[in-house]
Amino acid sequence: MTTDTTTAEAAAVSAPGETVLDARGVTMRFGGLTAVRSVDLTVNSGEIVGLIGPNGAGKTTFFNCLTGLYIPTEGEVRYKGNVLPAKSFKITATGIARTFQNIRLFSNMTVLENVLVGRHTRTKEGLWSALLRGPGFHRAEAESKARAMELLEFVGLDHKAEHLSRNLPYGEQRKLEIARALASEPGLLLLDEPTAGMNPQETRAAEELIFAIRDKGIAVLVIEHDMRFIFNLCDRVACLVQGEKLVEGTAAEVQGDDRVVAAYLGEPFEGDPGAAEVAEVEAAEAAAAAETTEATTPEATAPAAEATTEDAPAAPGESTSKENDR
Amino acid sequence: MTTTQTTTVTAPAPATPATRGSLLPPHIARATATAGGALTVVSAFLAWTWTSAFPGDLTVYGYPGGLQWLVLVSGALLTLFGLSSYGIKGLNWLTPQGADPAIRLAAYAAFATAWFTIGAISTKLGGAVNLEPGAYVALAATLIGWLGARSLPYERPETSPADPDDSAFDQFKHNLSNRWSVYKGTLATTPAPPAKTLPSYIEILIVAVVLALGLAVFTYGITTEYDQLFIGFLITAGFGFAAIQKAGLIQRVSTLTARHRNVTLVGAFVAAAAFPFTQSDDQYATIGVNILIFATVALGLNIVVGLAGLLDLGYVAFLGVGAYAAALVSGSPTSPLGIQLPFWQAILVGATASMVFGVLIGAPTLRLRGDYLAIVTLGFGEIFRIAVLNLDGTSGPDVTNGSNGISSIPNLTMFGFDFGATHTIAGFTIGRFANYFFLMLLVTLVVVVVFRRSAESRIGRAWVAIREDETAAEAMGINGFRTKLIAFALGATLAGLAGAVQAHVTYTVTPEQYQFAHAVPPNSAFLLAAVVLGGMGTISGPLVGGALLFLIPAKLQFMSDYQLFAFGLALVLLMRFRPEGLIANRRRQLEFHEKDEAPATLTKAGA
Repeated sequence: MTTDTTTAEAAAVSAPGETVLDARGVTMRFGGLTAVRSVDLTVNSGEIVGLIGPNGAGKTTFFNCLTGLYIPTEGEVRYKGNVLPAKSFKITATGIARTFQNIRLFSNMTVLENVLVGRHTRTKEGLWSALLRGPGFHRAEAESKARAMELLEFVGLDHKAEHLSRNLPYGEQRKLEIARALASEPGLLLLDEPTAGMNPQETRAAEELIFAIRDKGIAVLVIEHDMRFIFNLCDRVACLVQGEKLVEGTAAEVQGDDRVVAAYLGEPFEGDPGAAEVAEVEAAEAAAAAETTEATTPEATAPAAEATTEDAPAAPGESTSKENDR
Repeated sequence: MTTTQTTTVTAPAPATPATRGSLLPPHIARATATAGGALTVVSAFLAWTWTSAFPGDLTVYGYPGGLQWLVLVSGALLTLFGLSSYGIKGLNWLTPQGADPAIRLAAYAAFATAWFTIGAISTKLGGAVNLEPGAYVALAATLIGWLGARSLPYERPETSPADPDDSAFDQFKHNLSNRWSVYKGTLATTPAPPAKTLPSYIEILIVAVVLALGLAVFTYGITTEYDQLFIGFLITAGFGFAAIQKAGLIQRVSTLTARHRNVTLVGAFVAAAAFPFTQSDDQYATIGVNILIFATVALGLNIVVGLAGLLDLGYVAFLGVGAYAAALVSGSPTSPLGIQLPFWQAILVGATASMVFGVLIGAPTLRLRGDYLAIVTLGFGEIFRIAVLNLDGTSGPDVTNGSNGISSIPNLTMFGFDFGATHTIAGFTIGRFANYFFLMLLVTLVVVVVFRRSAESRIGRAWVAIREDETAAEAMGINGFRTKLIAFALGATLAGLAGAVQAHVTYTVTPEQYQFAHAVPPNSAFLLAAVVLGGMGTISGPLVGGALLFLIPAKLQFMSDYQLFAFGLALVLLMRFRPEGLIANRRRQLEFHEKDEAPATLTKAGA
């Protein structure tokens, strides 16, 4: 957490090892529901960090907190030492770009136009400039176009620049979304399930693409369900379960962690009546204990949940990843 | 269960002959259609009725009159397409996309126009007894052409018969949709081969000829003197335009205009400016200038609705603000301000006032999306009218003179040129409305340039991005509220420009001119309809839509009672069969008509 970093505006390639993203105690509540509970996460430059967790664990909510779609109820998010503004378009300007879980391209714009829209924060021409069309306007447009074509070439879509983005095949739409995000010259790229719906070849290609993005000096935070993909790709992996960060570490550490396996398979509650019974009994005991000690309910149920996950039979990590492969 | 039944029944369906329902073998059909066309042309030169009581004088042998001209044009079109279908050298260029659909539509045009004309004669003069032999020739000729065109071969699309288990209504619906798909099959075109590259000056010449033709058609439509002729014009123009489009000529021309955009723009304005010179008096220049005002405001609305996707139902209020602001400083004796600014200042005052109102109304409302925005803008439109109505010195401060409005707005004088007087330029008489027509044309030019330049820039892309997906646009760093506010304010400013001219054209501004729905355009409902009808996001779309929406009510006075009904019906039909509008931009054409090419968007349930 250095304070003398370059201004957020620059969003340029940062020195390796520098903390790019620093989320501290991020909590997001929707009414009574706590979707994300006090999650800490740092991403350093030149690093690919994975975020995994079962469906409904709060991964996308956490992403939305990072990109300003939601304002976290508690906690703060810093990008290169500066607290993020509360508006999503300002966050993009500071240097965080994202893709969406369900592809959200501008489907009736061409591929090139999509990327040009991504350049919005890095260009300045307003309405007057557009109406008067001075030399500066033409220069900026030409520059934007050249940069956009470069990015399309980078993701391998330059030959389809004039196609409508809605007419691209699914895998290419994902690529285009990444190119559009890269067009804002981010220091950190957030990818929300970049391989969802892809076949193995496309997934491999996406892997290559993300490595190439990392090599450009852009830090990447990626949500994914495809375990083989995640463990191949990421330097560090964090596992989110029921809104809380369960474990964080290298791919091998997370892969071998029993709690992660249990969270994914949900063994104690499904298909193992014995464990469920144990859990029930323990929950009842905990509740009784809570009554006597006049403790609040969340504190009481937490140890119970802890106990049940530890009771789960430890499946080997390999089988977990197989389970989640497509 | 039902599916298996249908599939078993479907099997014999393709066995039906491809030309079922046709009476003639293909080569005879083609000859018949062409001959029918030629005969139609001849029949237009005959006398159709004995008395000149029917307008247009159809009694002369050897010279067509009135509606006969329209029949002549559609017959000639049919003949030309027919000859072109034989591959006659020199006529091939007429039908790059295949001649048969064009022949069909041209035959419909000839048939509908001729039969309508003769029907109108019989009705007007009281019976078929008033027809001369020429009329029967025309009836027969167009019928022959139609039968020939009907029998042309086409690829019959596969249809499935209705499920006998369905209710009668469902079967009826199914058969109807089958028939519709067969009908569409008869008009299916083959993709045109790439056009030969011509020297640049020839291409520009072609564009010029097309523009001149456009001016001629438009002038003919605007100067039609009686209802029957205008209806005949609509029939011929509608079918004829469809035929030309199916032939692929429109596509050819639009590639040319796209290649020479500036030439086209300049040419179109020269053509428009030539309109008053085709007139001997001011009678139709009035319609011309009103069409321009209406179409220009519609184009301004197209920025808000077509580009930024903000449904604004109170847009006419900005026209009103501009008109009132300009009227207040016009030196009108009923204006409480009592000052007279030169026009360039007045138009700036009008535009600025509209912009200020645009920002004031936009700032609170643009935080809403979709339906809510529409409702709120509708409300603000009414607030404007009622506020103006009440600023009369009794209910509120005296600013607008209430329901009497600001009247006797003096005519403009610029550089010693009196807009109210009739001038003679190079032997042509240019009346008051023609003067304003030229002035308004300048404003239209400004609006067109503003539209084009802003649409093709960073800000224009941001508007379209917001229309497509506001959340994603914000994630790309676009300040949604600010961008929308710019669109709203720009649209308002352009309406204000038009309003400042309108105040002077109409002498008087009253609150009743600026309602949501009203029998006379411009009003918010008609403006929106002009944009939707013409084609959202295009420049020529609102101009064409505006011209049609103004011209049809102005010309067909006899149906003024049913005008809104007919208008609603037309809008429903258009949205059903051509949702992208009369003039579609590439994007929307793809959006509505290439469903099969759209990729399946796989959504995955996830965290």
